[in-house]
Amino acid sequence: MTEKIKIKVEKLTKVFGRRPKEMLKRLAKNQSKNHIFKETGHTVGVSSASFSVNEGEIFVIMGLSGSGKSTLIRCLNMLNKPTAGEIYVDGENIVKYNRQQLREFRQKKATMVFQGFGLFNHRTVIGNVEYGLEVRGMDKKERHNIAKETIDSVGLNGWEDKYITELSGGMQQRVGLARALANNPDILLMDEPFSALDPLIRRDMQLELLDIQDRLKKTIVFITHDVNEAFKLGDRVGVMKDAEIVQIGTPEDILNNPSNAYIEDFVRDIDRSKVLQAKHIMFKPGALATKKHGLKVAIKEMETNGISSVFVVDEKRRLQGIITIDDVIEGIKNNKSMLDILKHDYFTTDEETYVQELIPKAIETKYPIAVINEDNKLVGIIVRVSILSGLV
Amino acid sequence: MNILFDFPEFFKINIGQYVESFIKWLIHNYDFFFDAIKQGVLWFLLQTRSVFMWFPWVAVIIIVFILGWKLINWKSGVIFAGLFFIIGAMGLWDEMMLTLSVVLVAVVIACLIGVPLGILVAYNSRLEAIIKPTLDAMQTMPSFVYLIPAIMLFGLGSVPAVFATVIYSTPPAIRLTGLAIKGVSKEMVEAGNAFGSTKWQILAKIELPQAFPTIMMGINQTTMMAMAMVVISSMIGAKGLGLNVLQAINRINIGMGFEAGISIVFLAITIDRITQGIANKYKYPK
Repeated sequence: MTEKIKIKVEKLTKVFGRRPKEMLKRLAKNQSKNHIFKETGHTVGVSSASFSVNEGEIFVIMGLSGSGKSTLIRCLNMLNKPTAGEIYVDGENIVKYNRQQLREFRQKKATMVFQGFGLFNHRTVIGNVEYGLEVRGMDKKERHNIAKETIDSVGLNGWEDKYITELSGGMQQRVGLARALANNPDILLMDEPFSALDPLIRRDMQLELLDIQDRLKKTIVFITHDVNEAFKLGDRVGVMKDAEIVQIGTPEDILNNPSNAYIEDFVRDIDRSKVLQAKHIMFKPGALATKKHGLKVAIKEMETNGISSVFVVDEKRRLQGIITIDDVIEGIKNNKSMLDILKHDYFTTDEETYVQELIPKAIETKYPIAVINEDNKLVGIIVRVSILSGLV
Repeated sequence: MNILFDFPEFFKINIGQYVESFIKWLIHNYDFFFDAIKQGVLWFLLQTRSVFMWFPWVAVIIIVFILGWKLINWKSGVIFAGLFFIIGAMGLWDEMMLTLSVVLVAVVIACLIGVPLGILVAYNSRLEAIIKPTLDAMQTMPSFVYLIPAIMLFGLGSVPAVFATVIYSTPPAIRLTGLAIKGVSKEMVEAGNAFGSTKWQILAKIELPQAFPTIMMGINQTTMMAMAMVVISSMIGAKGLGLNVLQAINRINIGMGFEAGISIVFLAITIDRITQGIANKYKYPK
């Protein structure tokens, strides 16, 4: 898959303190963040981070508090000026931007959503949403219309003229999101936007974000300390620890091959069944019976694979049913055809279904679960043990 | 032994003399400058005074009532109107309007100096290190002392009164403006930056509106201090309620002193509540 790279970050380092540049030498000598802080009082926020974000993807940066993730995202719109390193957005190095270029970049290309919302309580909802357009110098009527549309699109229709403090937390963050979207940026920088919300609202907002992403195809950099949130939203996830990015990959990659003990620890408390999908745990169907081959061949198939039931497909691999060894023996004795003994009381699912949703099926059924695609073709088989073993 | 008890002449320095010669030097070399200020302030003062005097007393009382009613509640409006009526009934209406006009002019000038300076102080910590002790000195210096350079620079009359009042009452405007701007939520300012605002836009669209209630508190204090100073500055020729107090002292006239004194109290209460009302009206819930 070749995707267009939207943001490319190279060896980005940010040190806070009086003489940040001098700390680069210490970092080059591999001195640790703690060591540098003890000796010099300088705080290393981000150390030599490199990654790229593809156009239209949600890239999640995950880490505990103090790991430098908020510092990193603030470098992406230069609210923090990097001590070293380059940031390319659409091929342009934004670190080299002058003030005017930077303002334009912030007005048009990348907007931000904040953890504490950062809304202006002296303005109404619409006053907040149109702020970005206002500082850009857009005339009143035009920005009003755009703001109105954006407010509708985040589901706040009718709340335009309310003051921020009249809104609940979840609604306030919708305003934050609308304010960021009103500028129609390519990139959304989201700094723990849902962390301050209670769990139910947070889930709604996550779904809303995925929905918006589906419609608008923005490039999103999303910060969170919540593993479940990271894996739910992220197309790819970068894990940060002590100012460094320690692993980047898809949620499945990270879950299945944690690159070190820290990440293992991190993902331990994640509910695997919420992240893994049917396609991650299914087998390619090794043993299959077809209608034209008949029962004897089916027995042979079961014998060689050491199984007691087999799915039956037609010549285009479309799923027809399942037969068990008992029924086949019975059938041969009584001279029945395959159609007579075909059973249909198994479960099917598609590749994208989360394992979590398969658990009740796995408990109920005595057959494997068939994974089929939209043409009813059999693409995989999930044996019950691989669902239920994941629970421990 | 005496040297331990009597401070030796040997160490004597004449700071007072230096200050005096500095003021004299100022007058000698920058006469035109102070003259221009004097003319400007005088013009402003006379305009304000004539506007105040032009209003019929009924109109003033109605305005005071409406302000109290809109900013606080109708009861306050009635009380303020009543207080003004009593002042008038004691025969001190014109004196009150004169005092009010000096206070207003002094407060406007104090705010024109104080608010921008407060903003600068909030932005520049080095300036703050200089301004802060200066403000402390200005506020602890006995207010009578300001009358002396005021007379030397501007002669007798209302202009030196305004000058002394401005010096005495500017500190709270500077202090509270600085405090207010510094107290604006970091995340709001950061949000302003993240959307590509210029420094001016952040100041005008975020910091000042956020700081406004606190700045108003500063203006409220400035007004109160101006009230106090205007009375004192009657000693150098400011007309108004203060002059009546001064005359009452000279004649040891208790009744006259009480009437003028209580009028000042009534006026102060009304101004205080009204300016506080403005501050509260714009308080944003956090």
